Amino acid sequence: MTQAAQQAAIPDEQAEIDAGAGPDPNYNFAYLDEQTKRMIRRAMLKAVAIPGYQVPFASREMPMPYGWGTGGVQVTASIIGPDDVLKVIDQGADDTTNAVSIRQFFERTTDVETTTRTEDASIIQTRHRIPEKALSEDQILVYQVPIPEPLRFLEPRESETRKMHALGEYGLMHVKLYEDIATHGHIATTYAYPVKVNGHYIMDPSPTPKFDNPKMHRMPALQLFGAGREKRIYAIPPHTAVYSLDFEDHPFDVQQWEQPCEICGATDTFLDEVVTDDRGGRMFVCSDTDHCTRDQEAAE
Amino acid sequence: MYVAVKGGEAAINEAHKLLAEERRGDPSVSELSVDQIDEQLSLAVDRVMTEGSLYDRKLAALAIKQARGDLIEAIFLIRAYRTTLPRFGSSSPVDTAAMGIRRRISATFKDIPGGQILGPTFDYTHRLLDFKLAAEGDGGHGNSLDEDAGSIDEKVLLDEAMPRVVDLLKHEGLIEDERPGDDDDDVGDLTREPMSFPVERDIRLQNLARGDEGFLLALGYSTQRGYGRSHPFAGEIRLGEVAVEFTPEDLGFPIEIGELTLTECQMVNQFKGSAEAPPQFTRGYGLSFGHCERKVIAMALVDRALKGRALGETVEGPAQDEEFVMEHSDNIQATGFVEHLKLPHYVDFQSELELVRKMRRKMARADADNANNEIVEAAE
Repeated sequence: MTQAAQQAAIPDEQAEIDAGAGPDPNYNFAYLDEQTKRMIRRAMLKAVAIPGYQVPFASREMPMPYGWGTGGVQVTASIIGPDDVLKVIDQGADDTTNAVSIRQFFERTTDVETTTRTEDASIIQTRHRIPEKALSEDQILVYQVPIPEPLRFLEPRESETRKMHALGEYGLMHVKLYEDIATHGHIATTYAYPVKVNGHYIMDPSPTPKFDNPKMHRMPALQLFGAGREKRIYAIPPHTAVYSLDFEDHPFDVQQWEQPCEICGATDTFLDEVVTDDRGGRMFVCSDTDHCTRDQEAAE
Repeated sequence: MYVAVKGGEAAINEAHKLLAEERRGDPSVSELSVDQIDEQLSLAVDRVMTEGSLYDRKLAALAIKQARGDLIEAIFLIRAYRTTLPRFGSSSPVDTAAMGIRRRISATFKDIPGGQILGPTFDYTHRLLDFKLAAEGDGGHGNSLDEDAGSIDEKVLLDEAMPRVVDLLKHEGLIEDERPGDDDDDVGDLTREPMSFPVERDIRLQNLARGDEGFLLALGYSTQRGYGRSHPFAGEIRLGEVAVEFTPEDLGFPIEIGELTLTECQMVNQFKGSAEAPPQFTRGYGLSFGHCERKVIAMALVDRALKGRALGETVEGPAQDEEFVMEHSDNIQATGFVEHLKLPHYVDFQSELELVRKMRRKMARADADNANNEIVEAAE
C-alpha cells in the first residue's frame, strides 16, 4: 500500500455526522461489509431452521469490546436496512450508557430512525431484558449473549458440550437442577434460566431474569441471539414453543414483588431496586423504562 | 430522585471529552508525533502489529498514541480497523531462509553456516538506568551505552547464505519433518472462520501469533517448570526482512508487493520416540511481525507443548491443553469479557438479591421452628 493510499484509508474518527445527514461515508452501511453480512445472514438462516441450535459463525472484531454486545451488534448490522426503526435497551432501559453507545453507533453508521417506544421499533437490540410490552410479528428481538452454551458451567469443553447437544444428552443439567432442589428446596437459578426450544435443544436465554422466560414461549416476533466472543448465533423462530426446565413437583415460577412500581404503580413488571439513602431506604421501580414512562403518561 | 438510570448520553459525551484531555496531558509539554512513536517506541509498535494482526507501522503508532500507551487498547483499535479491510487473497508463503538477516542466533551450535549475528539486542546490556537519555535533545544516536558503536551498516557482513539451523538437522533425519499442505490457498483464517476443535496447525499458529504475549510467556514458562515439559533448545532465532509475493489472478505469476520485518524462533525439543516413531527431535515454531523475541520464544514453547496429544504424550499441563490455551489466548476477547463486569448488571443482581433474601428468610424460619421445638421438647 502506498503512503497516500494508506492515508486515504484512515477514516476520520472525528468526523462530525449530523443527524439526518446520511450514514458515515467512511464505513459501509451498518459498518460490516456486505460479504460479512451475507455470511452472518446464512448463519442466522441456519439458526432459524434449527431452533435453539448454536451455529458457529465467523464473528468479526467490532469497534466495541467483547462483552459489550458485539454479537448482538453484528446480528443487528446484518439485518438492518435504511427503513428500519431501531430501539436499544440494556437492563430494560434505553438510557443506560451502553445502550446509548450502541444506538449512537447505528445512528452514525446507518442513519436509521431510532426510538425508545417498544411498539414503534422494527428491531430491538437488548441486553438482559425482554420488553414488558408484547412484541408483534413484524418485530425482531436481538439478544446480546455473553456465554451461549447452557452446559458450559457443567462441562467447560466445547468439544464435549457439542456432543451432548447432538445426542440430546441433558442428564447433567437435570441433575444440576435436582441438586438445587435437594440443597435449597427450589431451583436456585434466577437468570439465564435454561429453556428447551421446540422440544429439542436446551438453550441459554442469555442472562435475562427468569421473569422474562415465559415471554419467549410462542412469541410472535423472531428472536435472534448473537454471541460475538464465542462466535455463535442461535434463534427462536416466531411462535416456537419454549419451555423453562422444571420438574412436575417443582414447577417453574417467576419472581414476584410485594410492592408495585413506585413510579407507575405497575404490579406485573420486573422491578429494579434503587437504593435511595444510606439508612436502608430503597424504592422499587420498573426496569423497563419505556413501559414505566408510558404507564405514567397514560395515568396522567 | 430517579436519576440513576437517566443521563447516560450526556455522561458519555463528557467522559469522552475528559479522555481526550487526559490523553493530551499537560499542553505545555510538546505533543508526541506518530513518527516519534514509530521510530522511538518501535518495540511497542511491533507488539501492536503482531497481536493486532495488521502490518502497518503508522497505524499501530497512531493506535498507541490514541490509546495513551495502553498496548491492549491499541491492539483493540487495530483489530477493529482491520475488520473493515477487504481481503484480496493469500500471499505466497514467505521464505524465512532467504531473510535479510539483522540478528540470528542459535543456542544449539557454537558456529553455523553464516555465523551467529548478535544484532540489536538487550541481551547483554547491563540494566542500569541511562540518565543521559533523560537529558533533553540527546541528538543523534543517543545510545550512550555503546558510544563506540557509531553507525553500522548491518548488511555489510551478512552476504553469506544463512540456512535455517533446523534445516541442517533435517538433512540427517534427526528432526521431525514438517510439510506444508498440498494446497497453498487452503490456509485457514481464524478471523474469517470460527475455531472448532481439534484445530489444524495453521489455525493454532495463527491463534498463538495473535495471542497475548503475557499469557504465552506464562504458559511457556510453566512448561519449563514441569507442567508439560518439552526439553527445549532454541535452535534458532532470526530477525530480518523478508519479501512478500502475491500472485494476482489475472497475471498468473507472483509479484513482490512489499517487505515485512519478522522474528522467527525454531525450538528444537527432545522426543524419546514411540512404538511407531524412532527417537528424534521435534519442533516448536514462533513467528511475529517486527521484533518480538520474547513472544516468539514463548509461542514456540507453547506450540510444541500443544503437539503433545498428536505425539502420544500424556497431557498434564495447561500449556498442553488445546482448548484451554486457544480459547483464552486472545487478549482482546479476554479483556472484553473481564472488563464487561463494569457494565450494569442490575437486573441479574436484582434476581440474585431476591433469591438470597428468600433463602435467608427460609433459614430464619427453620431456625425459629427448631428453637420452638427445642423449647417444647425441653418443656416436655
